[in-house]
Parts: sequence; structure tokens; C-alpha cells
Amino acid sequence: MIDLGFYTIFWREMLAIRKKFWKVLSGSLVMPLLYLVTFGWGIGRGVRVGQGNYMDFVLPGIIALSAMNSSFNGVSVTLNISKLYYKTIEEILVSPVSPWAITLGRVLAGCVRGMFSACLIVLIGLVLDVNLKFGPGFFSVVLLLSFAFGALGVLAAMLTRSHEDMTNFSNFVILPMAFLSGTFFSPDVLPEPFRSLILIYPLTHGSIALRSLASAQSVPFSALAVLSGYALLLFVLAGLSVKRLEL
Amino acid sequence: MVRLDNLVKQFDDVRAVDGVSFEVRSGEVFGLLGPNGAGKTTTIRMLTTLAAITAGSAEVAGINVSRDPIAVKQNIGLAPQGLNLEIELSAYENLEFHGRLHRMRKRDRETRIRELLEFSELWDKRDVQVQKFSGGMKRRLLIARAIMHRPRVLFLDEPTVGLDPQIRRRVWEMIMALKSEGITILVTTHYIEEADFLCDRVGIMNRGRLVALDTPENLKNQTGRFAVVCSRSNGCNARFFDGREEAVQHASTVEGDVTVRQTNLEDVFIALTGEVIRD
Repeated sequence: MIDLGFYTIFWREMLAIRKKFWKVLSGSLVMPLLYLVTFGWGIGRGVRVGQGNYMDFVLPGIIALSAMNSSFNGVSVTLNISKLYYKTIEEILVSPVSPWAITLGRVLAGCVRGMFSACLIVLIGLVLDVNLKFGPGFFSVVLLLSFAFGALGVLAAMLTRSHEDMTNFSNFVILPMAFLSGTFFSPDVLPEPFRSLILIYPLTHGSIALRSLASAQSVPFSALAVLSGYALLLFVLAGLSVKRLEL
Repeated sequence: MVRLDNLVKQFDDVRAVDGVSFEVRSGEVFGLLGPNGAGKTTTIRMLTTLAAITAGSAEVAGINVSRDPIAVKQNIGLAPQGLNLEIELSAYENLEFHGRLHRMRKRDRETRIRELLEFSELWDKRDVQVQKFSGGMKRRLLIARAIMHRPRVLFLDEPTVGLDPQIRRRVWEMIMALKSEGITILVTTHYIEEADFLCDRVGIMNRGRLVALDTPENLKNQTGRFAVVCSRSNGCNARFFDGREEAVQHASTVEGDVTVRQTNLEDVFIALTGEVIRD
């Protein structure tokens, strides 16, 4: 039986986001704007990638990166604080909502955050008049990417035992992924074995898929398959970690 | 209504709860009294499914806690020691979230929220963010939230810790009102007067074990109704007597300052364990 309790968890997250809308909005904008300025206009000025200019190349990567960051941070930080500091997670754990529904509700809230960030940068892209297309396929991949990183956020929050652990997780897992996943450069320019190694990162496949869709090319099947595989695997691991959580 | 059979909780090298057995009867207020670290909270965490049971078994509302935790959760309410309210949300939204977690219907939710916010004297503050509440207001809201879904068993973990005496009274009145509605209540406390005032029966815990269980009256009677307590400078041990005259007579033989008074639950604790319940 499907536990509809996930909607309650999701509803609470949306209520909290509504109450701090301006904080969420400004928080979602700072990092991508910095990347746009640094890599798009700064370093990227005059750089050409293949046929197009660098801004057309880097924007889908920044969208993938922002969706990842917003979803992962939005889920992991709030959940970690709820577990370690406010202990509000206890109220949910003593309610009859199943661990899977708790996980799903949180991950869906991460999807909203990821999608929201992505939409903001798409808007900036439209204002800058980039030569890119943002169709339903593009947004579906953003959703899938946000889902995977929302699930990773739940998993990280459940496994870490302190705020310091959480920062370390971000430093050792998220930050290298942000820079090495072909966000700012094409994976093809790397020598082996690095080119193959960065294909381990789900964000690499997110960037590849979004870049293909934005330039109206067909998406490599492997990118979608790996991304979907990660989403499913991370969701299962996140659900199990909530189930095993003992306070 | 609640039954523990040789319950054990082992953390790495510490046995926090060490073979505790007791039963809480339907409709009673049952107190677990003991110093901090006695294992009271861990016991409650196992009964409310928040901590896994290492050994032994527990039943709440006739349901085995390890076997069917979801069914147990449908029947219990918990007001934990920490004030784990959603501080970004208003009082009303906190109760609404709780009602939704327990799948209460919209109409029922609305009626119940009003009833409980009036009961806890917070109706006027219903739309205020909880982070602006005082400690006493938060505690009242926490108890209101715990009974929002009409649980059969209510667990209150140190419900008045850190509250002013006057506000503590108010919380006690709330708990007595809930008892009169027939809710079974298991309360932990390290306050002597609280256990004495609220509880039909009290289990005394120390170092993970249950060292005594009876009504407050019987516990005091078994120790002796009257205590001869020495002043700190005097350093002699307290002694207990069944009759006032024997106590006074003994007091007259002790050198230095002594007090003769009625025995309280702390005396019972000291007589049983040789230790003091410290705050």
C-alpha cells in the first residue's frame, strides 16, 4: 500500500519554504551568479567550445550544478539540523508515517528546490539571449537530477553524526563533483583515465544530458540510464537509512 | 496498557536499561522517578519505537513494540524532554502538521486544534511563530500536540524540567485534566513533588534498574512515615520511623541540628539506594 504520508512531509517543507521565500530565493542565486560571472564572462570571454561560444556551453552545466546544490543542501542541511539540533525529526518518527514516505516527502521537496534554482538560471539565460532551448525534456532531466541529489541529501543527513561531518561530506563529495563533472569544461578534453573516472559522478551525466537537450541534440541513452540508476539506488539507500535511524 | 518484560538497552559498553519489568494499568498516571542517567528516557524511547530494544519485550496498548511499530505509533503520544516544536511554524501550524501526520480529517483537525489551543490557553497566540513563545508556552503546546490525535497512551518525558514553580503547577493541572479523560499516562521525572502529586503509582529507577514500585503512599509507609534528617554540618545518616513519637525521641538523642518531618519520595530513594537524586 502506498503511504500518502509523504504528502504531509512535503506539505510541511513547502510551508517552511514559503515562510522564508526570500532567503531561499537569494540563497539559490548567489552561487550560480558567481559562477556565471567568473566562468561565463570572466575566464570564458573569448573562449570557444566547438561551434558555439562558452556561455552557451557553460550555462547548462551551471544549471545542473545549481539543481544539485539546491536539492542536496536544501534537504541535507534542514534534515541534519532537525535530527541533531531541533530534534523535530522525532515527532515524525513517532508518527505512523513510514520511513519510505518520510524519504519521498523530503526528496520531493528537494526536487522543488532544485527545479526552482534551475528555473532562475534559465530565466537569466533567456535575458542574456543564449542560443539554447529549454523544453520539457530539459526540465525532466533537471527533475531527475534533483531527485537523485535530494536522496543523497537524506542519506548524508542520516549517516552523519555532527554538523562537522556534514561539512566534511560536502567538502569531500559534493565540492569535487561540482568542479570535476564537466560543468565548466568538456570531459573529452581530459586524458584517460580521468575522462573515464569522472563518468562515475552522476552530475557528469546530468551535465551531458542537459547540454545535449539545450543544444537540441539527442540525449545519450547512457547518461539517462546512469542518472536514473543513481536516483533509484540513492533513494533506496536513503529510505533504509531513515528506517535504521536510532536516536 | 503498557507492559515491559525484562527490557534491556545496551549502548556499546553501557547498559542503560538493565532488565526492567513493570506494567502500567489502563487510565493511571504512572511515574518513573530517578536521577538523570537512571535509564528513564531510554525506557520511554524504546516504548515509543525511537530506540531498538536490545533484549526483553514490551507491549503498548496490547501491541508488541518490536513486531508492529507502526500500530504502536497510532496509539501513542509523546512529549519529549527537549522542546522539539517546529519553531518556524505557528502554534496552529504545528498542530495541523501533527494532525496530518496522523491522517486526521480536515474537519476533525480544525475542531481538535481549537479545542486543544483553548485547553492549553494558547488560542490567542495561534498564529504566532513558536520561536517567539516562552518556555512554559512551548511546553503546553508540546503536550497539546502529543494528544492531538487522541492517543490511548501518553508518554511525558520530564514534562516540567526547567519551568518556574507557578508554570509547573499549570502543567500539572493539564496532566490531571488528561487523566480525568481516561488517558493512560507514563511520566518520567526527577522531581520528587511531581511524582508525589501526579502519580497513582511510582517506579523508582536507578542505574538502569527498577528498584521499587508502588503507590507514593505505600513507598513512604514502607520506608517509615517520619524522617529524622540531620543538618549538613552534622553529617549523620537520616533515619526513618513509623511513629512521630519514636522519631522525636530519636531526634532528642542526636547531637547537633536535626529535623523531624514526614518522609518524602527522595527519602525513599535514599533509603533504597544510598544515593541522592540530584538535579
